[in-house]
Amino acid sequence: MAILECRALTKHYGGAPALDGVDLSIEPGGIVGLLGPNGSGKTTLLKLANGLLTPDGGEILIDGRAPSVETKRIVSYLPERTYFSDWMRVEQLLDLFSDFYADFDRAAAEDMLARMGLEPKQRIKEMSKGMREKMQLILVMSRRAKLYLLDEPIGGVDPATRDYILHTIISNYNPEAAVVISTHLIADVENVLDEVIFLNTGRVVLRSTVDAIRSEQGKSVDAVFREVFRCSENY
Amino acid sequence: MQWHIRSDAPVYAQLVEHITLAIITGEFSPGARLPSVRELAADAGVNPNTMQRAFAELERDGLVQTQRTAGRTVTDDAARIERAKQRLAAASIEAFWEAMRRLGYDRDAALALLKNREGN
Repeated sequence: MAILECRALTKHYGGAPALDGVDLSIEPGGIVGLLGPNGSGKTTLLKLANGLLTPDGGEILIDGRAPSVETKRIVSYLPERTYFSDWMRVEQLLDLFSDFYADFDRAAAEDMLARMGLEPKQRIKEMSKGMREKMQLILVMSRRAKLYLLDEPIGGVDPATRDYILHTIISNYNPEAAVVISTHLIADVENVLDEVIFLNTGRVVLRSTVDAIRSEQGKSVDAVFREVFRCSENY
Repeated sequence: MQWHIRSDAPVYAQLVEHITLAIITGEFSPGARLPSVRELAADAGVNPNTMQRAFAELERDGLVQTQRTAGRTVTDDAARIERAKQRLAAASIEAFWEAMRRLGYDRDAALALLKNREGN
């Protein structure tokens, strides 16, 4: 059964639709890239999946159910922006995740944070942007979730941090889970993806596997993306 | 092991090529146990499913075997490894002819050029 399913999913913010009748089904056991230019609806889709927004039309189902407290148990979400308070220390964040999520593997998180050189007493405000991004990802990937929804996990970080983050994703996700990575930095992620979904102005315009695109077109997903969106006024 | 994954060819085919080469050069020696799919995937910076697919192909080729007790191992059949080596050599030679053809040399001219260079 699909772990994430959208049926005619529609969301408006005022005038133009952010999502316009999206039909989508994601099975467990792979890493899916949700790719599209800015404003294509990627973040809206992930927010709907987390119940942070409600659909104006259609429905979105997680493991067969509408987003709720129950679905949040099995969804590990990395929002676009950090929601941790600056004054918090590493150990307080670990406590927070342990309290909130039964599937949080605290030992695994502690191990990764230690290898990153973060002390339990260290405060978020003392960390660089790259460090915060890595720490947040470690927390999210240390849950043994069924669905990981990662909104721009590699946005605005240096190439070494990018490698670290991708490495953390592929070495930690549960193989029976699905991972959805939303990003417009396609060249950086395409080697780790099974499948790609291109979104444009709230619609799915292409869905394929990375290796199918490469063997059929003889070029990278990034190159195909640039072609698909070249004529788009939103690009 | 150094992985260079180009972006214009299927990832899994490149993984097959990399691992085959590592077996031919002895980086993965005959009969040796291989690291897990996940470890190799993390090392190469690729999706574990893609690495799995590469191994499925290597197993079909007989270069890699999966045994219940020993996990996944490199074949100890030297003849099989030799055939893989010849296959890669043939592909490299074809690529050479193709590159020469694009430069405007026919086979004889390319061969003359090659011999001349060897002489130096």
